Amino acid sequence: MVDLYLLLIFMIIGAVIAVEVEDLLSAVVCVGTVGLALSMIFLILKAPDLAITQIVVEILCLIILIRATLKKDLPFSTSGRWLLNTGITVGFIGIFLYVASQALKELPAFGHPLMKVSETYLTDAVKQTGATNIVASIILDYRAYDTLGEATVLFTAVIGILAVVRRIGRKKQGEIIKEEDE
Amino acid sequence: MSVYLLCLVLFCVGLYCILRKRNVIKIIVGVVIAEYAVNLFLALVAYRFEGRAPIFSPDQKILNMVDALPQALVLTAIVISLATTALLVGIAMRIYEKYGTFDITKIKELKG
Repeated sequence: MVDLYLLLIFMIIGAVIAVEVEDLLSAVVCVGTVGLALSMIFLILKAPDLAITQIVVEILCLIILIRATLKKDLPFSTSGRWLLNTGITVGFIGIFLYVASQALKELPAFGHPLMKVSETYLTDAVKQTGATNIVASIILDYRAYDTLGEATVLFTAVIGILAVVRRIGRKKQGEIIKEEDE
Repeated sequence: MSVYLLCLVLFCVGLYCILRKRNVIKIIVGVVIAEYAVNLFLALVAYRFEGRAPIFSPDQKILNMVDALPQALVLTAIVISLATTALLVGIAMRIYEKYGTFDITKIKELKG
């Protein structure tokens, strides 16, 4: 379990650097390291499907975010009520951490999951669905409607992106339309 | 139990970034970090000591597999998080085109 702790601490350090660094491109690259460490943690936690999906999604996410940070930007200002804002934020996060750590005591201990629902899946999946990969048999057979809803959300998000970023139909007079592909 | 606490700390780093930063790209970075933390938490709940990956092979009959149900649901959540991140980035780029800045305190004219 030492490797799990090391990777978790690596993720936290990478996240803190991503939050605090000034340059946007460096922040995006730090988020990429956090995602790749998460994929390795999924491998340690015996979830190979999650690790594969996480690696693909992470690289796509990195490409999208780098595309967004290619624009020039003003350096962000930290003037104003710095002390008040930070104090309120840290106080809220402290209350949240306390309540969540109290709630964590009700969970089963790490390494001993409740297997009430999964017992039937693990014992019957090969007979009932014919798939040797239990995760695939769950998302494509037992909970296929869930996957259908996921596809619906995915295509709705694609429609939203097209409606937001496309340039046709938003032309003002005298404005030159730049060709830009997403 | 301390594994859960480290995961919560990671979530709180993302939450701090969402609440405190003014740059839109930084806020998106915070949302992505919080998503990672939640996915990691669900995968941690599913873990079992000495467990195997939930894949059957013909010569093995042992049933000490890790919990497969949270893994299946996290698989759905990862894909959806990619879609929402792409939508956020699209909206942020439109904001930059219209106002010329990523700073949320400078975006004050909220009329179309």
